[in-house]
Amino acid sequence: MSRDLPVNLEINGAAVALEVPLTETLLATLRERLQLTGAKRGCNQGVCGACTVTLDGVAVRACLSLTLNCEGQKVATIEGVAADPLIEALQQAFVDGGALQCGFCTPGQLIAARALLSQNSDPSVEEVQQGLSGNLCRCTGYRKIIDAVLSAARSMRK
Amino acid sequence: MSAAFESVGRRLPRIDSREKVEGRAQYIADLTRPGMLHAAMLQSPHAHARIRGYDISAALATPGVHAVVTGDDFAGANRMGAFIKDEHALAKGKVRYVGEPVAAVAAQTESIARAATQAIRVDYEELPALLSPDQALASPVHIHEEVGQYFKVFDAGSEGNLCSRTELSEGDAELGFRESDLVFEHHFDTQAQAHVALEPCGALAEVDPQGRITLWSANQSVFRVQACVAEALGLPHSRIRCLTPRIGGAFGNKMEPHVQPIVAALALKAKRPVKMILSREEDFETVRARHPFRIRIKTGVKRDGTFVAREVEVLLDCGAYADDSPGVLGYGLLCARGPYRFPHARCHGKLVYTNKLRFGAFRGFGNPQVSFAGESQIDDIAEALGIDPIELRLKNILRGDDRWFGGQQLFSNGVKECMERSRDASGWDAAAPAPAAPGRRRALGFALCGHISGLLATGAIVRLLEDGTVVLNVGANDIGQGSDTVLSQMCAEALKVPVENVAFVSPDTDGSPFNWGTTASRVTFMTGRAVVSAAAEVEKQVKLHASEIFECAIEDLELVSGGAVAVKGVPEKRISFFEISKRAHWFSGGPIVGSNSWVYDRPTIDPKRAVVIGLPFPKIGAYSFAAVVVDVEVDEVTGQAQVKRAWSACDVGRAINPMLVEGQIEGGFAQGLGYALFEEMVWDGARLANPTLMDYKIPTTLEVPYEMHSIIVESVDKDGPYGAKGVGEVCLSPVPAALGNALRRATGVRIRSLPLTPEKILRGMLERKQ
Repeated sequence: MSRDLPVNLEINGAAVALEVPLTETLLATLRERLQLTGAKRGCNQGVCGACTVTLDGVAVRACLSLTLNCEGQKVATIEGVAADPLIEALQQAFVDGGALQCGFCTPGQLIAARALLSQNSDPSVEEVQQGLSGNLCRCTGYRKIIDAVLSAARSMRK
Repeated sequence: MSAAFESVGRRLPRIDSREKVEGRAQYIADLTRPGMLHAAMLQSPHAHARIRGYDISAALATPGVHAVVTGDDFAGANRMGAFIKDEHALAKGKVRYVGEPVAAVAAQTESIARAATQAIRVDYEELPALLSPDQALASPVHIHEEVGQYFKVFDAGSEGNLCSRTELSEGDAELGFRESDLVFEHHFDTQAQAHVALEPCGALAEVDPQGRITLWSANQSVFRVQACVAEALGLPHSRIRCLTPRIGGAFGNKMEPHVQPIVAALALKAKRPVKMILSREEDFETVRARHPFRIRIKTGVKRDGTFVAREVEVLLDCGAYADDSPGVLGYGLLCARGPYRFPHARCHGKLVYTNKLRFGAFRGFGNPQVSFAGESQIDDIAEALGIDPIELRLKNILRGDDRWFGGQQLFSNGVKECMERSRDASGWDAAAPAPAAPGRRRALGFALCGHISGLLATGAIVRLLEDGTVVLNVGANDIGQGSDTVLSQMCAEALKVPVENVAFVSPDTDGSPFNWGTTASRVTFMTGRAVVSAAAEVEKQVKLHASEIFECAIEDLELVSGGAVAVKGVPEKRISFFEISKRAHWFSGGPIVGSNSWVYDRPTIDPKRAVVIGLPFPKIGAYSFAAVVVDVEVDEVTGQAQVKRAWSACDVGRAINPMLVEGQIEGGFAQGLGYALFEEMVWDGARLANPTLMDYKIPTTLEVPYEMHSIIVESVDKDGPYGAKGVGEVCLSPVPAALGNALRRATGVRIRSLPLTPEKILRGMLERKQ
């Protein structure tokens, strides 16, 4: 058993000081230690993208990130981005456009889409497909997700 | 859409959208209870072995461990199973596949529980592993020695490793082949597909001081969970209350039990709440998967293209337990004739136990497999006859008063419109879909199918609250497809109230009326009809109040928009649900409650037309239809097929919410695309070789075409609520054959085994060159 080590993070804007084992993933810290359950455990292997959060603004897999490696970094989860106009536009577009079904992949899709649009405010269909290719969805067939991202991008450019 | 409707036909966002986009929807893994323990399971290392004994002392002595359960904790008689009761909650006496749950531990943390499972010693005596239906049929070793004694809900004909057999026939197939000008016979094989709902399975159980269990789980039916846990533990249903959190996708995998009975047994033993969430690997290895089919299909036709006779013989790998497999065999055979006129048809098959994980329900329920064979062969027949494949089908499809195979009546039939609209939208009649890129070949492919929406029982309760707003209570889980929203829209329509004034109750076996399950494309049709009938009861009661208030005949009253009753033709003489419900609660009549329950009542078989042995569905029907055109480009160097565009036309009777119907059509297409082109569970001996998302690929944004056009066909079913039928499965089943047919037209290569991999395509192209 590894002993717990201290780590300081900024999670959704609040400073958090924790002591966690070396082996603890950011996903386990968020979900089990902090009850931030918006990020999901779909594969725990970095494939499905349901655990996507941002670290200093970059979309990462929380299940592949060790919490101790995140020292001093800013973590943003779906619970913490509520006031961000870009995420609001994406959320509204997902709701209006029927871009979610079971919803299990949705927080990850939204965080990945936000990271994409913050780098490219006017993406093509192909660029959205590339940008979201690491986020699996078994329900929608992706068409409505892509349309929602394009629609949110349009509304942000207005 | 008719202007007469207020809520039906609207593209409303799903009522659970907000919580899902804000990350606040709670799935099974997100739930906790005070004092909750975490559980993990020990899986079998053997495909087939007798269990001689357990040593659980080291596991029990592990600090933090509270309870251990093994097969010894479940009485011998307590077997579960929808069709054949052959399965205990944990392996008992024997293990029958690699990965089968053998024991489980409840502990302070998941990691302690996982470590403790490895301290359990099981004494096994290995038995021969039977890994294919052929091997199992030939072997004197029996996977279930007591199969003859198991309780069965139908005439299964079980014997040795034969789990069940089914046969259906109309006319005289042999005579039909003699009368045919040309007879075609081919063999097809399909692979095992994993469901891969993004949410892995899991359950949470809590026991109250009286010993009553409350159970939350990833499930498609709180009532199926209740029944299975009751069977597995030998308890009356009234001792188990099943609830549902949000469900992270389900495609048949969460219909029958997974870990619910194990978790309930642990909670009883530990006297603490217990939660178990499967890892992705465990989910792949233990839950269930789509059946591999071997299919022989023989079709006789006249030279002018008239279909005369069809025989289909199937062999299904059941896996280690029957689960829903007898249903898949029977339903697959019922669909194997296809939506065509055949004076003579005979469809028969066998289901065989093997030492693999159980195969079970998966979106399409046997239809994708038989449709792949039937619809591929029809294209080959069209080619041999020199007839356009759509023309050949149009000549032979069911129409007018034609019945489904077996004799089931059709109360709507939009198959022709599905065919014409997908054909016309795709530009089928043009010479080529679009120019292929250099080094590539490109063509369109077509296929169609029909699928049921009606079977078994359901119910609905509609109540008026004191202020006249509405509570809708059904036992049907929304598994992501949007039934909460669709049923709310139908309830709102029936009472002419705004949808936002309808509160939707989460299914609860204590308070909700029975619903068999969210499965078989049935909730819109079955539960929808119960909702409309329950709302009609409410309408009757509010009109009775209004007739007393206005001193007029009930026949002179009508519901008016906004939740009120008015005298016909005198709109100002109206009274709101608010006033009526206040009167009912405090003065006269009592609070207003409407309820309805029913069981699907149209017989599958007309004994004057068909002869049947071992069909486990006496009453199923209400057929939806679909036709799909795909535009596929193939790389001549790699054999890689890419779907450029697709058009899927589905006859859904009436679209209660067109946006959600499109969601089903698009999602079903994508799942069918993965099944057709690359998804495959692969075994290395007895062990599943690819139980991870790294090794088992599902479609991403890069494989599913953005140009996937949903076409909604509305045939308005006389039996359906507002004319609606199901859409969940009919949208998937024709996809593999459409892709195979496009590959054939593009490359000349006919592939009769799924998936249609680049290796098979390339080999086919190379063989043609030689």
